[in-house]
Amino acid sequence: MLRYTINRLLLMIPTLFGVAVLVFVLLRLMPGDIVELRYLMDGGQISPEVLAQERARLGLDKPIWEQFVDWMTGIFVGDFGVSMWTGRPVWEEISSRFQLSFQVAVMATILATLIAIPLGTLAALFKDTWVDRLIQVFAIAGLAVPSFWLGMLIILSLLLAFNWIPPLTFKPIYEDPWYNLSQLIWPALAVGYRYSAVATRMTRSTILEVLQEDYIRTARAKGVFERLVISRHAMKNAMLPVVTVIGLEFAFLIGGLVVTEQVFNLNGIGKLFVETVTRKDYTMVQALVMLVATFFIVINFIVDLLYAALDPRIRYR
Amino acid sequence: MAVAEEIPRITYKVPKKRHPIVRFVITQPLGAAALVFIVAMFIAGVFAEYVAPYDPLALDYGAMLAPPSWDHWMGTDAFGRDVFSRIIYGARTALAVGFLSSLLGSGIGAIIGVVSAYFGGRIDMAIQRFMDILLSFPIIVLALAVVAVLGKWPVAGLDINLIIAIAIPMIPKVARVVRSAALAIREMPYIDAARAAGYSHSRIIFRHIAPNVVAPFLIMFTAFIAQAILLEASLSFLGLGVTEPIPAWGLMLSGSSQEFYREAPWMIVFPGLAISLAVFAFNLFGDSLRDWLDPKIKI
Repeated sequence: MLRYTINRLLLMIPTLFGVAVLVFVLLRLMPGDIVELRYLMDGGQISPEVLAQERARLGLDKPIWEQFVDWMTGIFVGDFGVSMWTGRPVWEEISSRFQLSFQVAVMATILATLIAIPLGTLAALFKDTWVDRLIQVFAIAGLAVPSFWLGMLIILSLLLAFNWIPPLTFKPIYEDPWYNLSQLIWPALAVGYRYSAVATRMTRSTILEVLQEDYIRTARAKGVFERLVISRHAMKNAMLPVVTVIGLEFAFLIGGLVVTEQVFNLNGIGKLFVETVTRKDYTMVQALVMLVATFFIVINFIVDLLYAALDPRIRYR
Repeated sequence: MAVAEEIPRITYKVPKKRHPIVRFVITQPLGAAALVFIVAMFIAGVFAEYVAPYDPLALDYGAMLAPPSWDHWMGTDAFGRDVFSRIIYGARTALAVGFLSSLLGSGIGAIIGVVSAYFGGRIDMAIQRFMDILLSFPIIVLALAVVAVLGKWPVAGLDINLIIAIAIPMIPKVARVVRSAALAIREMPYIDAARAAGYSHSRIIFRHIAPNVVAPFLIMFTAFIAQAILLEASLSFLGLGVTEPIPAWGLMLSGSSQEFYREAPWMIVFPGLAISLAVFAFNLFGDSLRDWLDPKIKI
């Protein structure tokens, strides 16, 4: 187990390095750069000297491998550089928006879990009845409805029903909890629906699988109340894959937020990503991609370890 | 006196060998319904010129933001364009992008998966590490980056680079599933036999292994059409996918439709409904295809 843990940890380094190389090369392959975009967009006549000067200031005139080494050495001392567009430190730009996205992601996770586990269990217990079918339709629809459209429908219904739209400026939850929640609960619902659909399906199928196990039959045979069979024997054993799905989907939420934040006009990580890609702000895109990839790999790793820790039958080699 | 004795006849019930399509309809009624919907969508998309009541690009300043009526079933948008016609033409865009990118993504993924499983060892290791790298990006982040890098490459009104961008995030997922299916097949005696007979690698891969991983491939292929349609809609919504004036569902939801929430909710409701129904149909069909072909496969 320890060897497995160390192996996995060591494997993270080449993977992240690969991500870094890939994103770096991809960005450099983009036609044009931020300098061109900024100065030549309006068809303005800027002398090539000014452009060259600007490129030198941003370090874009150096050979590509040198730029890469600069960036890598910066990361190792915790310096992600400054945004090429705003000139503010990358870290500052990201951390000011991370709070919002992270909160929406956490809220969506809580909502999804609260919806998925009871619904999935109900569907499994009432397999092939109308309860099951209804829940299945809810789940399959959740996979089909785009979260950004659901967001628009939410805004539309709030507007038509209460003539009210969620506030647009962000206030942290510790400053004004009511205001904060009234703003962020809607995007959390919009991205949480799909999330809950995935988790509901997982809960249903694992509980159905567990109910086939011998120990369930044993428990029933010795006369344990059905309610206890479900809650103690079945649910406990079925939660493992569900926890995995919830963990993995959490990392994917960041992706879902990319589009949904646009709908609610939230100034979060997702919106920042779209903006910086279209601005060809290399330093920002690189840092954001690294952040998301690290987040994803670490969560993946934790989920795998949790798996082994929670279920003694699983042994990694 | 001859007694004509009746000989009791014995009838046997021979199970009729039905056509596979008939069997599919009987055992998977929901999947069959989804298939009918998909075919209808295809016909609407291919023959959009004959199905759509209006030209999707025709501006009509006399009927801007008109509510749904007999003339305009789903209303009109801010330029007076008929929403229903645009949705029908949008089906063409969505299906073309969905099919081509899914074909490309799952095709390349399947080849990589089979090659990786067949050769094993270092090649397998190297390929899997690279797939790990691709897997550590959220799908839309990877697609966005690729779209930005490649720019546009329109061929016959279709942006090939958009198709590539949507296909790339599928590759590692398909490669994984196909690889694990191919790993089991590699151990089969007939592969050893083929190797002993001195067949070339490519012959063994394409003639002996590939036909046996068709089931997981087909399942992944249909599942990813749904994902591709969703991704195309998201990218178009962000303004990085299909661009005006080509009618596309995601694009119809962006821009002006958000300014007219109150005045013209039909501009939001119908295109989103189209996306959801299309994705729903492909998901449903994919699920029943999986149950039908191989209930053991999980994706």
